[in-house]
Amino acid sequence: MQTLRRTPLYERHAALGARLVPFAGWEMPVQYAGIAEEHRAVRTGAGVFDVSHMGELRIAGDGAHEYLQARLSNDLDRIDAGQAQYTLLTNDDGGIVDDLIAYRRGPGDYLLVVNASNAETDHAALAETENVSDEWALLAVQGPEALDRVGIDIEPFTFREDVDVLGVRCLVAGTGYTGERGCEVACAPDDAVRLWDAILERGIVPCGLGARDTLRLEVCYPLHGNDITPERTPIEAGLGWACSLAKDFPGVERLRREKEEGPAEKLVAFVMEDAGIPRTGMRIEEGGTVTSGTLSPMLGSSIGLAYVSAGRSQAGTELTVDLRGRPRRARIVPKPFYKREEG
Amino acid sequence: MAAEESYPDELRYHPEHDWARVDGDEATLGITWYAQNALGDIVHFESPEVGITIAQGESYGEVESVKAVSEVIAPLSGEILAVNGKVVEDPETINEEPYGEGWLIRVRLSDAGELDELLDVDAYRKLLESL
Repeated sequence: MQTLRRTPLYERHAALGARLVPFAGWEMPVQYAGIAEEHRAVRTGAGVFDVSHMGELRIAGDGAHEYLQARLSNDLDRIDAGQAQYTLLTNDDGGIVDDLIAYRRGPGDYLLVVNASNAETDHAALAETENVSDEWALLAVQGPEALDRVGIDIEPFTFREDVDVLGVRCLVAGTGYTGERGCEVACAPDDAVRLWDAILERGIVPCGLGARDTLRLEVCYPLHGNDITPERTPIEAGLGWACSLAKDFPGVERLRREKEEGPAEKLVAFVMEDAGIPRTGMRIEEGGTVTSGTLSPMLGSSIGLAYVSAGRSQAGTELTVDLRGRPRRARIVPKPFYKREEG
Repeated sequence: MAAEESYPDELRYHPEHDWARVDGDEATLGITWYAQNALGDIVHFESPEVGITIAQGESYGEVESVKAVSEVIAPLSGEILAVNGKVVEDPETINEEPYGEGWLIRVRLSDAGELDELLDVDAYRKLLESL
């Protein structure tokens, strides 16, 4: 049996009565009060997630920029120090090994924040990086009131280091996985409890991985392992915008060809028209597979993502989802399902 | 609001966390506090049709939360007389009142002898303690 790792906030989660489950080798809170309630807190106020399980890789020095530029899909020349970029690590077939965020700290100094389940794989593929996952605790504070409540002003996809956040020295980034304004705050593991307590004292609602999943799905952010995998390419997944096909990186020839000819299948968003909730792995009768599904707390209807044949991927197309033997009607809709109000 | 943990004395329990309230040759069926708590916020009841026959120990529907789906096991055999439209419309009623407004179906029993196979509240509580 595998021993589950615990974040510095484990005792806090347990004391709050969180339901703790194994996730990517970690014992993580899936919910505190309830998924729907936490979801709405993030859409209408502010919520905080312990995402300390996520991995961090560091690379700095001569050649660091060129090293990553040759291995990650997006163009790092498009960001300066203090900026962050969504990017992909691909294999030689153009499949998605992981999706990650690259934080550029200086001309040749990067911090990569990667999925917990892929940290070891990413580190092996990016052997020149140093795995510094144990040096960081990471909290995501998300929602329309998030920045005000913690007294931070940060633009999307920028970051600052050595910022005092409620008395704790942090790296603060305008990133997140919910579709809301907010920030991700990284600190030393020994400071994590103090930071967490200070954030909760501001009336920010503790949220688990369950709400994190429903929030990201409403805004169609893909989940690695479900919607994107080493067997799927960025072109199929609709992530061509995160690939600079003019430069060289693993699998780029395949991606250029696929972009030119069009992929066989595409990742689409759909809403159920009949009753029932689509789940990962369910078959689409017209051809295809569901990769994510849930009941959307904001829409009140069942939503999902699925790979379907490109010829049947237009918005408005009807699908039939095999719901444990019962054929149920669904319809492809434009992405995303939910969009926050600008303001 | 989620209900407080409780297991009414007058009900009979199936080990798969289903209850039966027997009234003559009819019974009302539902899932226990333990079952709804394990699922979390229930968002869908995949209900059976009135008139069909269900068999003890077999699935007659599904309850789904945001994260999970669980089959509902019939504690007793019989013909379905009614499906609770309120839980089809508002599935969270099951979380709020698992033994009251959150009942699932009513059946006409086909074999009263099956009652002997169900647990009383003490036996069901013992089962829960062993989990």
